[in-house]
Amino acid sequence: MKFTVLVHEGPYNHQAADTAYNFTKAAIAKGHEIVRIFFYHDGVYNITNQAEPPQDDRDIYKRWSDIAKDNGIDTVACIAASKRRGINDKYMVEGTRISGLGQLADAVIGSERLVTFG
Amino acid sequence: MNDDDVKKIMFIMRQAPHGTIYSYEGLETILVFGAFEQEMSMAFIGDGIFAAVKGQDTEGIGIKGFIKTYGVLEDYGVDHMYVDKESMEERGLTPEDFVVDVEVVSAAEIGRIMEEQHATIPY
Repeated sequence: MKFTVLVHEGPYNHQAADTAYNFTKAAIAKGHEIVRIFFYHDGVYNITNQAEPPQDDRDIYKRWSDIAKDNGIDTVACIAASKRRGINDKYMVEGTRISGLGQLADAVIGSERLVTFG
Repeated sequence: MNDDDVKKIMFIMRQAPHGTIYSYEGLETILVFGAFEQEMSMAFIGDGIFAAVKGQDTEGIGIKGFIKTYGVLEDYGVDHMYVDKESMEERGLTPEDFVVDVEVVSAAEIGRIMEEQHATIPY
């Protein structure tokens, strides 16, 4: 099945970021297609490159970067939500990008399921 | 684009319009989806129904109000605005209290309409 994953909450602050990652990983393992992962509201902080989480904790930023690169998943932060929060294309983790809300619309229309976290 | 490609998409306003950004950024999403010419609707549930209530004045809380945006949503392709009857009554509101024409329906009816959707996006 074709899924779009939408993340509305920021990393560490809310479980949504972890659950969305676990869902994505499980869906890929089951052979499903992830059309796009889209980050909105404070969710845009999930794929920024300036954070240094404590070494004894999970690295949410790296997890997203790795799952995007390893599986070729288009992983996008909303540009309007990002700019409002001090993020631009210089601050994205590897394998992710910043783009418009049209990318969410396009993904929703092209997927069989939209799953929103947060 | 033929009719088969048009998808039903419902935006669900669940949270109070001020105090968090969800409702405001949610409206921005609807405006962008408008360009994709889909069959769009909105459902107002719980405190989300305050988002479309008349007489909002945000000057005192120092934020840009967005209530005027509701007036253009129909032009952007939002065909239906459903208000949950129970949520409305619990908050002492009537259908005349909204800035746009709303359809007051039961929670069960909103649930039925949700089942028809290709996607629902909650704010």
